[in-house]
Amino acid sequence: MRLLVEGLSARRGEDLIFNDISFALAAGEALIVTGPNGSGKSTLLRVLAGLLAAESGGLFLEDGPPGFKHPHELSHYLGHRNAMKRELTVEENLSFWQRFLGDAPGGTGTDLAAAAEAVGLADITHLPFGYLSAGQQRRMAMAKLLVAHRPIWILDEPTAALDAGADRLFSGLVAAHLGRGGIVITATHQPLGIGQTQALQMRGFVH
Amino acid sequence: MIALFFRDLKLAVRAGGGAMLGVLFFMTVVAVIPFGVGPDLNLLARIGPAILWIGALLASLLGLDRLFQAEREDGSLDLLLMQETPLLLTVFVKCAAHWAATGLPLVIASPFLGLFMNMNEPAIGATMLTLLAGTPAITFIGAVGAAVAVALPRGGLLVSILVLPLAVPVLIFGVSAVYAAIEDPAPFLPPFMILMAITLFFAVIGPVAAAAALRHSAD
Repeated sequence: MRLLVEGLSARRGEDLIFNDISFALAAGEALIVTGPNGSGKSTLLRVLAGLLAAESGGLFLEDGPPGFKHPHELSHYLGHRNAMKRELTVEENLSFWQRFLGDAPGGTGTDLAAAAEAVGLADITHLPFGYLSAGQQRRMAMAKLLVAHRPIWILDEPTAALDAGADRLFSGLVAAHLGRGGIVITATHQPLGIGQTQALQMRGFVH
Repeated sequence: MIALFFRDLKLAVRAGGGAMLGVLFFMTVVAVIPFGVGPDLNLLARIGPAILWIGALLASLLGLDRLFQAEREDGSLDLLLMQETPLLLTVFVKCAAHWAATGLPLVIASPFLGLFMNMNEPAIGATMLTLLAGTPAITFIGAVGAAVAVALPRGGLLVSILVLPLAVPVLIFGVSAVYAAIEDPAPFLPPFMILMAITLFFAVIGPVAAAAALRHSAD
């Protein structure tokens, strides 16, 4: 499977945020998007996730599973917000996303206990999500990536609010996903410490 | 989809969900009417069905604005938008859950509130039946308003204003069906059939329009 992005540009209001971005990612490859604040990293990721319309260009999947029209149907998106309900327990949250998202072809998600274990928080899944600290909430949002299989991960500043230990833990999750033939696109300020990566430097738009 | 239905139901009954809020508001509106109108039992019985319907309409509008806004605030809406599942199915299921959590309790509470208004058994039965048939339409219409106002921070009142004109036919045919049931010459079935037709119509149009609005509100 290959993800191709060709001549992508996006506009917000009057401003062209980025112009003519092209790259190709094969299975097992990661793309790290860097750049100063306001340079369009989040916008790029939201366009890739199908949440914003592209001004021109597009993204395509080569040799993808049949029956999927858009790559975003095969993607996990972890944005700035965790997409978890404060009123429900962690277990209810994860179990909902597992059942609602379902597995994309080519893999199965791990069960809830294993996912919580993988982010190092196995013993607090019975608590309401709102009771957790910001870092714990972020870790649990990462556990969401594991409970349903998606070959493409689109991550926007995944390690914000995380301590150094969780950083390493997260690098491990990403490396494991790449090892299984997944694709990762992530915007980050910290180096993730994973081998096979491409880098994309966003410079921001010029008026 | 079943998972989404039960999650929304759970959220509605947990703290801050607001499932009981609608019923309490409904009760408040109906309970103060006899104090305002005065102890004229015949008059109360005559205006009872209309008061119950107005109370139920206003109570169902309450909390509708949170239908998609709550999802947007914590980022869940992004994930709902990205899936292969058609968005209008997702919207339909969310509406169904919202109605089960807020509309159905109103229908169940209406007989008790009917006693406040000195209504007799046929009138109470007819009101309950028409509310059961009509309140889903209000939810489906409201979903469109909620989707349009999803990105607005104080969208609550705007949703009610957007939705109210479309909900007026539901009110008209709901109330006229009840009066047809308790007053002899008018037939009950025609207004009741129109009420059901309105509900079915908005059950189709509502999710389509709401899904389109959500797609275009993405930022």
